[in-house]
Amino acid sequence: MKPEEIIKDENKIYARPRLLDLRHTHYCPGCSHGVVHRIIAELLDEMGLEDKSMGVAPVGCAVFAYNYIDVDWVEAAHGRAPAVATALHRLHPDHLVFTYQGDGDMAAIGTAESIHAANRGENIAMIFINNGIYGMTGGQMAPTTLLGMKTATTPYGRRADLNGYPLRITELMAQLDGTCYVTRQAVHTPAAVRKAKAAIKKAFENALAGKGTSIVEVVSTCNSGWKMSPAKSNEWMVQHMFERYPLGDLKNV
Amino acid sequence: MEEDVKLMKGNEALAHAAIRYGADGYFGYPITPQSEVLETLEEQMPWETTGMVVLQAESEVSSINMVYGGAASGKAVMTSSSSPGISLMQEGISYLAASDVPALVVNVMRGGPGLGTIQPSQADYFQATKGGGHGDYHMIVLAPATVQEMADFVTLGFDLAFKYRCVSMILADGIVGQMMEKVVLPPQRPRRTDEEIRQQCPWAITGKHGRKHRNICTSLEMESPKMEENNLRFQAVYDEIARNEVRFEQYYTEDAEYVIVAFGTVARICLKAIEEAREAGLKIGLVRPITLWPFPKQVLADLAKRVKGMLVVELNAGQMIEDVQLAVNCSIPVYHFGRMGGMIPNPTEVLDALKLHFNDIK
Repeated sequence: MKPEEIIKDENKIYARPRLLDLRHTHYCPGCSHGVVHRIIAELLDEMGLEDKSMGVAPVGCAVFAYNYIDVDWVEAAHGRAPAVATALHRLHPDHLVFTYQGDGDMAAIGTAESIHAANRGENIAMIFINNGIYGMTGGQMAPTTLLGMKTATTPYGRRADLNGYPLRITELMAQLDGTCYVTRQAVHTPAAVRKAKAAIKKAFENALAGKGTSIVEVVSTCNSGWKMSPAKSNEWMVQHMFERYPLGDLKNV
Repeated sequence: MEEDVKLMKGNEALAHAAIRYGADGYFGYPITPQSEVLETLEEQMPWETTGMVVLQAESEVSSINMVYGGAASGKAVMTSSSSPGISLMQEGISYLAASDVPALVVNVMRGGPGLGTIQPSQADYFQATKGGGHGDYHMIVLAPATVQEMADFVTLGFDLAFKYRCVSMILADGIVGQMMEKVVLPPQRPRRTDEEIRQQCPWAITGKHGRKHRNICTSLEMESPKMEENNLRFQAVYDEIARNEVRFEQYYTEDAEYVIVAFGTVARICLKAIEEAREAGLKIGLVRPITLWPFPKQVLADLAKRVKGMLVVELNAGQMIEDVQLAVNCSIPVYHFGRMGGMIPNPTEVLDALKLHFNDIK
């Protein structure tokens, strides 16, 4: 059989999503961001949201999210994505507004903006990538860095007495009356990817339906920052990250 | 048509003017002496009439980033605060400037530094006119002297911000925010429709709505040659603003031997002093810069050719005086008289300062 006889639309079972740009990303091989970007691009297309979506990108590794997913984007200052998204949605209430933030953005510098946007019940979807480290700046401690974990700024491991404890901001968000859906997912296996996609879809649906704030945390790997292979990173995440950050729904109203 | 004359505080006039301009959103956080802006807006409930969004944010940091989101989407959005709150907004203002998006920021100044005082001041002149946040940028800075101008500069500030895709700041002192005067409010304008915004602001983040390409609002550019190009583009806009938008008033300058330079309500105190001086036969004039940036250099340079000296009167330790000295290129003596910490000079003090520095004024 010749290749052109095989490469036909009816035989296609996997392809680049239409709204994911055909270009190399700046992400490291093995990084979870690429998978989550793909999920978002698939959903925006499948849900017919290309024309009425606005993404808000963070400062951190996903700062260039706007270069890959083909909808309108605002690139916010570090931590301020939920404030930017608040205004975007209040001024464009019939649109999908979503933020895409890392752990530093969501749970350190932007804690106030995140919690207050969620507490106001802004009708936005917040995608939260938690890999327990600052990737973009070279592997420093994040608010979600595990105790004992070595980073550039905790070279002997994170100590509770010096650095405090890994922050479970998602559990905190679940306590707020403004949130309608708070869940923790991962993208390390095909089954997990399917679940994460369903979760993000639900978050988008909630935002469009005006049900309040939805937060989808994706426990992720940073193989460069963790200084492990992508495969080893996935194993380490399952062994260590899931203990502190167990997967599943925390709130589903 | 009967004029819509009201008696109200500057802060209240500003809030009413924002609704009547057809502003799309106001985001703010309470701080004295400008809390009446948010209070008036909440009381007026413009979301029921014009559809304007009003939101009390959790901080000034959040307010200015809400403004950033709204401005990025082509909406006419604003915030107001007072000095310490404006300090917190500097990062956001820098992002607004770097992203070529229009917005209106109001600073009703109180005395600093630090927590300072809630009493009036003009000590944020440097912050407003020289940058304030990081990077090379400017805002158009408007200094109101009357409650009427508090209202009028909302329209002017928004119109200029949209014309040049830049940030306009109304730099008011606490006096004009708090004092009551007669004001004629502008007629109600309709808010622009989303369709009009998409047409007038093709750059705006509105959702693609059939547009082939996506719009991105960002201040980030990793390639230095491109970032330098961005900077050159900003500077070209600032040059154009400096050519077109200088605004000032002058009083009694035709025959003046000495000129006072003052902005905001201080200019009104100085005018009173000058009127008293004129009665005593002293030839004193006044220049009141309305735009603090762009600064009215030319009128001062021209006056410097025929007056003997200038006195700059400010509610600070000497800030605008640097721009006056640059404008006259130190060709004549320029002195400063300032009060700080919320203290306000009276006309007699202003005259005394003139006499102190210029010996032939008796």
